[in-house]
Amino acid sequence: MKFDYIVEGGEFINAGIASAKLKKVLKQLGIASDIIRKVAISMYEAEINMVIHADGGHIEGEITPEKIEVLLIDKGPGIEDLDLAMTEGYSTASKQAREMGFGAGMGLPNIKRNSDHLNISTKLGVGTTVHISFKIT
Amino acid sequence: MKVQEIVNELNLEVITCNQLLDREVSDGCVGDLLSVVMGKATKDCVWVTVQSHINIIAVGMLVEVSCIIVSEGFSIDNDAISKAQEEDVILLSSKESNYKIAAKLSALDI
Repeated sequence: MKFDYIVEGGEFINAGIASAKLKKVLKQLGIASDIIRKVAISMYEAEINMVIHADGGHIEGEITPEKIEVLLIDKGPGIEDLDLAMTEGYSTASKQAREMGFGAGMGLPNIKRNSDHLNISTKLGVGTTVHISFKIT
Repeated sequence: MKVQEIVNELNLEVITCNQLLDREVSDGCVGDLLSVVMGKATKDCVWVTVQSHINIIAVGMLVEVSCIIVSEGFSIDNDAISKAQEEDVILLSSKESNYKIAAKLSALDI
C-alpha cells in the first residue's frame, strides 16, 4: 500500500497532520503499537524539520508486510554539515521555532533512535531527502 | 491512577475531554522542548509543560500521553483546544509551576 502527503511550509499549525494520518492508517492495518509509535515520532520529527527549515515538501512511502518505508522530500536549503546536524543538541532553528519548543537539536537523533534505517541525502541549495524505514516483522 | 484523581488532588481545571477522565496514568514527563518530550515521554504518561500551542496536541497524540497539564496558568490557544477535543486529548490547566506540579505528582507515586 502506497501513501502520499503534502507538507505545507511555514505553517506550524499544520505540522503533524501527515504523521497523524499515517498513524491512523497503521492502526487500521493492525500494526503493533510500539512500531506505530516509532513511525509516528520519526515522521513527525522529519515533518517538523520540513516546516522549520525547508518551507514544506512532500512525503511518500509504502507499507508492505515486511516493512514501512517513508521518503520525505524537500526543496529547502539543504544541510550544510550532516554530521553536525546529527549531533544531539545542535540546531539551526529560528527563534520563533525555539520559542514554540522546537529546535532542541533532537529531531534527527530521535529519528535515528526510532527507525531501523535512516539515510539522508542533501545538497546545498537543492534540497534534502530523508529516507526512513521500519521493520514490521 | 486515573486522570480524575490527579485533577482532584492537584485542583486542576479541565479544559477538554471531561468525559475521558477515567483514563489511566502510568508515568509522568515534564518538558517544554517537544523533541525531548517525544524522546522521553512514555505511553499513558501525564505530560506537564508551559507550552500551550496546537503542536502540543500533535505531540500528545503521537506519544499517546494520558493527559497534558499546561502549567503556570498560561492561556491555551483556541486552535489547540479545538484540536484536543477533536482528537480526544485531555487538556488540563494549573496555575502552578512545572516544579510544583511534578512534586505533587511524585507525592502521588507517579
